[in-house]
Amino acid sequence: MSAARVGVVTFPGTLDDQDAARAVHLVGAQAVPLWHADHDLKGVDAVFLPGGFSYGDYLRCGAISRFAPIMEELVPAAGAGLPVIGTCNGFQILCEAHLLPGALTRNASLHYVCRDQRVRIEQTATAWTNAFDQGQEIVLPVKHGEGRYVASDETLAALEAGGHVVVRYVGGNPNGSLNDIAGIRNEAGNVVGLMPHPEHAVEELVGAPSTDGLGFFTSILKNLVDA
Amino acid sequence: MIDSVRKAAKTPDEPMPFAELGMKPDEYARVKEILGRRPTGSELAIYSVMWSEHCSYKSSKVHLKQFATKAPKSEALLVGMGENAGVVDIGDGWAATFKIESHNHPSYVEPHQGAATGVGGIVRDIMSMGARPIAVMDALRFGGADAVDTRRVLPGVVEGIGHYGNCLGLPNIGGEVVFDPCYIGNPLVNALCVGLLRKDQIKLATAPGPGNKVVLFGASTGPDGIGGASVLASATFEDESHAKRPAVQVGDPFMEKLLIECCLELYAADVVVGIQDLGAAGVSCATTELAAKGTGGMHVDLTRVPLRDPSLRPEEILMSESQERMMAVVEPRDIPAFMAICEKWDVPATVIGEVTDTGRLVMTWEDEIIVDIPPGTAADDGPVYERPYHEPAGQAALNADTPDRLERPADLRETLLKLLGSPNLASKEWVTSQYDRYVRSNTVLAQPADAGMVRISETMAGAEHEPTTRGIALATDGNGRYAKLDPYAGAQLALAEAYRNVAVTGARPLAVTNCLNFGSPEDPEVMWQFAEATRGLADACRALGVPVTGGNVSFYNQTGSTAIHPTPVVGVLGVIDDVAKRVPTGFTAEGLRVVLLGDTREEFGGSEWAHVAHRHLGGLPPQAVLEAERALATVLVEGARRGLLAGSHDLSDGGLAVALAESCLVRGVGASVALSGEPFTDLFSESSSRALVAVRPEAYDEFASLCGRHDVPCYGLGMTGGDTLVVEDVLEIPVAELRETHEAALPALFG
Repeated sequence: MSAARVGVVTFPGTLDDQDAARAVHLVGAQAVPLWHADHDLKGVDAVFLPGGFSYGDYLRCGAISRFAPIMEELVPAAGAGLPVIGTCNGFQILCEAHLLPGALTRNASLHYVCRDQRVRIEQTATAWTNAFDQGQEIVLPVKHGEGRYVASDETLAALEAGGHVVVRYVGGNPNGSLNDIAGIRNEAGNVVGLMPHPEHAVEELVGAPSTDGLGFFTSILKNLVDA
Repeated sequence: MIDSVRKAAKTPDEPMPFAELGMKPDEYARVKEILGRRPTGSELAIYSVMWSEHCSYKSSKVHLKQFATKAPKSEALLVGMGENAGVVDIGDGWAATFKIESHNHPSYVEPHQGAATGVGGIVRDIMSMGARPIAVMDALRFGGADAVDTRRVLPGVVEGIGHYGNCLGLPNIGGEVVFDPCYIGNPLVNALCVGLLRKDQIKLATAPGPGNKVVLFGASTGPDGIGGASVLASATFEDESHAKRPAVQVGDPFMEKLLIECCLELYAADVVVGIQDLGAAGVSCATTELAAKGTGGMHVDLTRVPLRDPSLRPEEILMSESQERMMAVVEPRDIPAFMAICEKWDVPATVIGEVTDTGRLVMTWEDEIIVDIPPGTAADDGPVYERPYHEPAGQAALNADTPDRLERPADLRETLLKLLGSPNLASKEWVTSQYDRYVRSNTVLAQPADAGMVRISETMAGAEHEPTTRGIALATDGNGRYAKLDPYAGAQLALAEAYRNVAVTGARPLAVTNCLNFGSPEDPEVMWQFAEATRGLADACRALGVPVTGGNVSFYNQTGSTAIHPTPVVGVLGVIDDVAKRVPTGFTAEGLRVVLLGDTREEFGGSEWAHVAHRHLGGLPPQAVLEAERALATVLVEGARRGLLAGSHDLSDGGLAVALAESCLVRGVGASVALSGEPFTDLFSESSSRALVAVRPEAYDEFASLCGRHDVPCYGLGMTGGDTLVVEDVLEIPVAELRETHEAALPALFG
């Protein structure tokens, strides 16, 4: 079988794109650079929307990226089942693009926070978390100023009832997210957004003091092989 | 009507506002002599900013020369002082460029923007060498932690650094946060950036080749920072400082991120002949410096400069310090490719002139010539002052007031906790958690490690290269109290500590950058401190074999006649051949031998204990024993290379006691140690050239014999393990209690 091809999107102001590409390589898949201004997903098997400050995030985070040409391709593809993950700014973009419900707002502390955060995998029935055990606790770094997940009561209730909360903060909530939500999925489970950064927890030598992030990348391979 | 050269020739006696622009009468007379007429308003703008203290180093030049004349031989040095930043060879075809620079005055006036644009400025210096910026650090000093104004300045500075650096995607891998009442009203914000490039890809600020185009690219030019260089940075704050608020620039990190990627693509496409960032003195500085270092002439049409505010006058355009701008010299045939790359990154770019061989920098505005000068006279031939200096009147009394008279504590447990919870030694997590330390995924060590370390893992377009196992380490240090007691030794101790902090990670120290923060050079007592500090630093660089590659001087850090403590901040860059062999900070596991390297003398002058327990500053600082420092580094680097060291930590402020506590805190591993001498001195003295290492028991003999060979005193103190720090017969403190004390201090102060 030829290596799975995971697209990594670069918007102006995207920062974690090379980190995501490196993590994709580490699990033996091929990272395919995707450019915000292209109407071209290059036939990839999955898409990673990395973190950063796209367009400076001077407006609401992700609000401009949502209108990028690449998103015009990505939104229907995600609707048709293409596995998509957004971390940090990528999560914000997925919410702005209405691929995921709710919104990310300013941290309750009003400060940017960079720390190693314990989280629990609440849902393994997604394209990006199937390599974990249900309820497994892992450590991933968070680094954001606007990561407080908010949604209406009905949306929250639906997320919880449907098992759509994928990752939850434990041992302290870094940003005041409702229900300690760190990440969610769509109804179909192919689209996942989370504030923590799996791509910064994949090597012993660098990044966070854990390699727990690898699971997100092995999950997508497993998903593609099984599919 | 525009003040053109023609008009200036016709009105030779028209009075010009040179004094308001910070120029002395004799300096103005020299301008007239150079030009053979009075300068136009635009020419005066150029000379006034280029000859300001900030840009011309007119008071410091004669002393800074020693960094070159006394420089040790170094095969690693590729580009030395005088360029935008120094460049050193780090092996395998890679080079690193790094520099530290101050943004002190703007950060007092407008903490957020002042600090943010400090980061932006140093990052552009690194970019202009042809490098990809890969990490930043910040050395910060504030007034007393409980002072009202510190609560205004510190959160703003931290937020500004965080926002700008985070948004740029550069990991912040270390630095310092120091509090002392002497910095109230004069905070120090020193920003360091390091970049990476292939050895054969170095770019220089030069404009050769008549006919080549001069391109201004990046942000448009606005009214921000006008006169910042000459008015803000060179004048002492008095009551009206807030009236100068508009003089602080406003940063746009998003544009800077685009500029970084755009520049790297321009370099890879090989369409840049020379490049210069626009920092202090903006277009004035970039055009005069590029022209002076190139063929010698340049013609610029100032009306082509894209403006954010169309009402700007040429003098203002010349002085504007609008951020996120660069100037490149490009061959005419490469202009289309250059413009296409800028367009890809949404970076506006405009041809504003071309290189000539006339030896003159000529600028026009609406077809009138408004500037016609020999560029070197502004860029290189500024005034040079041999400022008078003498030892401060109170220096002898200060040195005579030794800490011997201070009452020694009865309870060393309480003393340690008090120190550990004091603002200077407490955890800086409140600050550092606001900085992204992970972006780019190459961060091997970051705060609270002794030095930041990144692995070299770049792919440079346009360069063929094999993967490397190398990494670079960086540390900054400075101790204003030591330097106040003895500026010569204080500067040496700052270098020694940064050098040691790099060595404890296993990296070999290679080169130095410095940021010299002082009061007014017009005060002979301050000038004495400066002369002593530069002499000390130059001598120490020679002794340790590490050359100064560049840096920055910040004078006028004073309010009224009260200057800050002289504060030379020194940054050291080191290289580790195999980054996987880096030594982590602190006690990394149970069952390791705790080993103290170096000798401890009774040295409490300027110590953290004297400061915290007695608010005392007097006597002399610890001796700087540079041979011992060098031997210690040799042992640490060799020990790391052989894989003998499981953890390490340097000894500095607060001595052995604080080093032990911090080592326990990193991973929550306790330790039991025994002392052989007088406990208070053993625990709290700040003798230099010392480090703590954790050694696997089976490696101890080999390590001890390594120490023996290099005459480094080596004392086995005990073992790691348990959840308590035990100093036999002296104190016992649970690690949890250490942690609570260490971590509570800053949040209690700053929320």
